[in-house]
Amino acid sequence: MMLSKKSAKVFFFGGTIVTFAMFLVMSFMTLTNEVPKRTHEENLSAEVIAGKKIWEENNCMGCHTIMGEGGYYAPELTKVYDRRGEGFIKAVLQSPVPWQPRGRKMVAYNMNDTDAANMIAFLKWVGEMDLNGFPPEPDYKSTKNNKK
Amino acid sequence: MKYKSQKIAYYFFALALLLLVLQIVYGFIMGFARVGYDGLHEFIPFNTARAVHTNLLVVWLLTGFMGAAYYIIPEEAEKELVSVKLAYVQLISLALVGVTAIVGYHFNYWEGRKFLEIPRPLDYLVVVNVLLFLGLILATLFKGKKRTTTAMVLTMGLVFAALLYLPGMIWFDNQTIDSFFRWWVVHLWVEGVWELILGGILAFLLIKLTGVDREVIEKWLYVIIGLTFISGIIGTGHHYYFIGTGKIWIILGGIFSALEPFAFLAMVFFTIGMYRKGEKKHPNKIALFWTVGTAVVSFLGAGMLGLAHTLPAVNRYTHGTLVTAMHGHLAFWGAYAMIVFAFISYVMPNLTGRKLYESRNGKLAFWLSNIGMFGMTAAFGVAGVAQVYLERKMGLEFGDVQKDIQVHFYVLIACATMFLTGVTYFIIEFLKYGKPNDEAIVEDNTVE
Repeated sequence: MMLSKKSAKVFFFGGTIVTFAMFLVMSFMTLTNEVPKRTHEENLSAEVIAGKKIWEENNCMGCHTIMGEGGYYAPELTKVYDRRGEGFIKAVLQSPVPWQPRGRKMVAYNMNDTDAANMIAFLKWVGEMDLNGFPPEPDYKSTKNNKK
Repeated sequence: MKYKSQKIAYYFFALALLLLVLQIVYGFIMGFARVGYDGLHEFIPFNTARAVHTNLLVVWLLTGFMGAAYYIIPEEAEKELVSVKLAYVQLISLALVGVTAIVGYHFNYWEGRKFLEIPRPLDYLVVVNVLLFLGLILATLFKGKKRTTTAMVLTMGLVFAALLYLPGMIWFDNQTIDSFFRWWVVHLWVEGVWELILGGILAFLLIKLTGVDREVIEKWLYVIIGLTFISGIIGTGHHYYFIGTGKIWIILGGIFSALEPFAFLAMVFFTIGMYRKGEKKHPNKIALFWTVGTAVVSFLGAGMLGLAHTLPAVNRYTHGTLVTAMHGHLAFWGAYAMIVFAFISYVMPNLTGRKLYESRNGKLAFWLSNIGMFGMTAAFGVAGVAQVYLERKMGLEFGDVQKDIQVHFYVLIACATMFLTGVTYFIIEFLKYGKPNDEAIVEDNTVE
């Protein structure tokens, strides 16, 4: 075989250093230029941050997904503020018994008004992000031939 | 084995297998919840079960890797481990931190950050534990007679894995930045530095099992880990398509992550090539099964099933669905669980001196667990694809879709039972070997 161990080693270290350098540059550009714009960092209020903390402390993404990341057991919540509105979200968060639409149970958080308001602020902020078209809009229309 | 201190590996493997069983139990809890039997909801809600399931996976695999390192490094460096006593301290403290974290998850003591649920105060204990482990490995390696490529690659993987844990410990107010750095840990672990650990263990096994010249094996090891890093580092971009980062990740992340299967394909050619090149066959057939198996199944699970949903146009629909669970199960099983099983199968006769090379139970363990896991992967896959079409394409409500795909979770539970049966056979074999003993010390375990 023509390839020597030495050149294989150069391939590994060279390739790693070059791609890692590219990765760092791309990460830097992303964090300084893209993320502040796309996530509307100016709207990152104390309520939103408090909401994120509650989101983490209760491991909401252990069942739900947000920005598509989480547990796949309960609905995707990126656009839930638009979809369900404040009143519905508040009712779910403040329910003293497990919320169970279609039988699947959610932990009963029985949240106070402040916590619920912070969660809603967080979900509203997430819903306004520019996520490159995620979640996609449903795009199937029936093509079945009907009389009407 | 050649060195007394290598015996410590046994206790790491015992702990790893114990945690694996617990991981499977929590998997069943989730499987049953998905078909409507969630009687444990009050004590173990789904998010607890899931955090325990995934964290136990990470902990038992790391425990397995550590055990492998404690066996490999003395043998490669030709020196006894610098301190067996401290290695025991490390093992016990690892178990304690792990158990504390797992118990805490049942009492809302966690951070809801997928895969990194361990709360930050415990993170510091993890860091201390890993530093102790690395200290022992590095001291043994650098005081030893030799520093082989295999040992260096394995150690490099372990050191990088420790370093990459740190970005996950920082608090960010912005969910996007939080996720951004969470993937530095999770992605760069499993599709980066863990593959160095995998490669190092695989190279060690192939040297021992096939008798092929070390120089040849280590040359190809460099090529494989080179391909891994070149594709995998920027391949992190496939987690950045839809979380509020720029379009550059859609383009470059898409291209580089589509290249990720090549590293696994190379690993298949490498493993099978070395197996066929080796003129003398090691009698430990079970270890060979698992070794060749890990290369093949990781290519299918990590490589091909990853590729199946890594392109941005596909991922826009599959992102955040059960399609990810399909890929995740076979990928972790093939790439990381199977290499630990391969290593355990290889070392048990060496540690105990009992040569149970070709047993019926050993083969049953291999086939039942693999067929079971393939069945589970298929069940997740069918459920996931149906979910994508019904929910994402047609716009049906999440809960209605979950009802429609519920039947696939009965299949999942059936296949998981088969998988568990296989794992049970493996553990029975492990127990049959008994404890390691000094009488098993010989000069060389490479095939004669």
